[in-house]
Amino acid sequence: MKKQLLIVLFLVITVLVNLALMPNVSRPVFERKQKLSEYNFFTGKLADLQPAPSVIPYDINSVLFSNYAEKMRFIKLPNGSKANYTSAGALDFPKGTVIIKNFYYEHDFRKPGEGRRIIETRLLVHEENGWTAYPYVWNDEQTEGFYDVAGDVKKISYINASGKRIKIDYIIPNKNQCKGCHIRGGNMQPIGPTAAQLNREYVYATGKQNQLSYWQQQGLLNGLPAIQTITKFPAMDDLSQSLDARARAYLDVNCGTCHHPLGPANTSGLFLHYSQGASIELGIMKSPVAAGRGAGKNSFDIVPGKPHKSILSFRMQTNDPGIAMPELGREQIHKEGVKLIKEWIEKMESVGP
Amino acid sequence: MKAACLLTIALCCTLTALSQDLRRRLQAQFIESPDGVIIELPEGRFQLNMALWMDGKNNITLKGKGMDKTILSFKDQLAGAEGIKITNSTNITIQDLTVQDSKGDLIKAQLVDGLMLKNVKAEWTGKPSKENGAYALYPVQCKNVLIDSCVAIGASDAGIYVGQSQYVVVSNSKAYHNVAGIEIENTLYADVFNNEATENTGGILIFDLPNLVQKKGGHVRVFNNHVHHNNYPNFAPKGNIVGKVPLGTGLMILATNNVEIYNNRIINNRTAGTAIASYYIAEIPIKDASYYPYPGQIYIHDNVYSRKHQRTTMKGRMGLMFRLKVKFGKDVPHIIYDGIVDDKVQHPAICIRNNENQSIGNIKAANKFKGISREMKAFDCEGIKQREVELNVGK
Repeated sequence: MKKQLLIVLFLVITVLVNLALMPNVSRPVFERKQKLSEYNFFTGKLADLQPAPSVIPYDINSVLFSNYAEKMRFIKLPNGSKANYTSAGALDFPKGTVIIKNFYYEHDFRKPGEGRRIIETRLLVHEENGWTAYPYVWNDEQTEGFYDVAGDVKKISYINASGKRIKIDYIIPNKNQCKGCHIRGGNMQPIGPTAAQLNREYVYATGKQNQLSYWQQQGLLNGLPAIQTITKFPAMDDLSQSLDARARAYLDVNCGTCHHPLGPANTSGLFLHYSQGASIELGIMKSPVAAGRGAGKNSFDIVPGKPHKSILSFRMQTNDPGIAMPELGREQIHKEGVKLIKEWIEKMESVGP
Repeated sequence: MKAACLLTIALCCTLTALSQDLRRRLQAQFIESPDGVIIELPEGRFQLNMALWMDGKNNITLKGKGMDKTILSFKDQLAGAEGIKITNSTNITIQDLTVQDSKGDLIKAQLVDGLMLKNVKAEWTGKPSKENGAYALYPVQCKNVLIDSCVAIGASDAGIYVGQSQYVVVSNSKAYHNVAGIEIENTLYADVFNNEATENTGGILIFDLPNLVQKKGGHVRVFNNHVHHNNYPNFAPKGNIVGKVPLGTGLMILATNNVEIYNNRIINNRTAGTAIASYYIAEIPIKDASYYPYPGQIYIHDNVYSRKHQRTTMKGRMGLMFRLKVKFGKDVPHIIYDGIVDDKVQHPAICIRNNENQSIGNIKAANKFKGISREMKAFDCEGIKQREVELNVGK
């Protein structure tokens, strides 16, 4: 009975603390709901993910690999507010902005649109004190997503693009793990919606249009320069881009959020963000610091010309959680990513020891 | 401590529940607990399939019913390389429990100011293997760290590893069957005392490595430790610097400055009771202009040395060196110094005096091992005494 008393006491204190911490402003910019449907981001059947009028779908050029899950992204700005254009980093979104990312698998990747299973929806919300992540896990009936901070494991099964039946665990990260990628110098922030990533076309109901111009046209974006002057982030499969550009963009998105001077993997001294020069910090002939068995039998992160002797590609080629990189969304090996990085290292000119 | 803020949330009712359920509840508590909470774990063995992660918390205690009584096992975990991870927090205590068999590190703390690990056992069960995780207890980029009365077993790198941190005390702990028992790396102001390091490849290592965010360690005191029989074969996975540590190393100082080693019992470590070396001995090219690769201001005094009259290890690259170049036979000196010196420095880099059975071998590695000297006199000087480390924990 003592336990119940303690729980009651705990609840009372939690409420009191929350009341005490409540700002004088009457309404917070965002109120967290227990169910995804309560936000009314979508109209009609929830699982159809049909956006409400103020919810804008978008895509990005270079995507993070997440266990071969597909993603549908949306953004909602508070009524009447605009984002400010920035040339580097995510656009400057107003308080109250919600970024909505849905993770799903087609039942059969050869027949997209003919049935899918949504696993989770992650919200990234610009609150009064900065960005916060709110994860929602979908039920098996596909009728609702429920707020869940603790993370979980789901058995998934689908047919991949080559027609092979894949049965595998899907790890839903816990709320803290969002920070694993989204934290930069102590603050959470969005990663995907940068100008360079958004600089691409999207097929809207009104027709095909560059996403940035569309946002401007819809009154959602301030200060957009001429589209031709904006960098376009390379996609890994865009063969009009150089091998180096594609590989570095892939590393930036998949590794460079943590492996950044201000990211959580800065302990390693290995930096893989796009603007990192081709030096020892990029891993070229760099000895690992605390890789443990992650090093395999290799002595350096990258040995130019020798992908089979490079720790970077070694760690991409396993799904052993003690070795695999990146640490999240890697229950499967990203074969296409491995191929790209191996080719990049293979063709890298060797440097003196 | 604000006693009024302390809340106890008992998890006794989960004793019979599934461990997966415990993981979800614990993880939720790690995220949602207000400041000042003590999260109590019941007695028992719990199999957790994912890492537990606490972030951005203040004054939280995770408390079991005792070492070997509350056991969190991460064997066959599906996700998260660590067992328990604590990041961006202040005044976090983990005490009275055992953590086992994670894929990666057992307890990792990053960017935590005020970390107390007390009466915690962190171990990989079974025969030491290169498949074990790197570090058992692993604070990195932390401040005010106390590791007291802990046990670390089976790490394929270091049992107790403090990296890139400041103000650290490691005391009354035991490390065995690790590649390195206790390692202090690129860490400023550390006191390591009253510990036992035995049956590791190397007992206690004080390292400064290049290309790291916290560039410089030092001001380290190692005293009153029992560093003995560290003759375990090196089982580090290849590619790790610790894989270069020869078996039979008691205490090793690599490229660190301002280190005081005293009142230790350094017994029966067959290769080197104490090794002092520059980073060059690792034979890895240095590409960090701000890195200082030489040890300096080292003071070794009032220790007790003893070893069997026997050859050093003949294994690995170091073994090769002893076999072909250094040739001490069975009469191996207790202190081995690579003799690679910074010509620009005038004052003696290393002072050694008042040790029981002290003897040195300056192997002149920079001089292709020519002119190896056992002369003690050059090292007989009054060294710098380092200051006691004062922690600011739990305030």
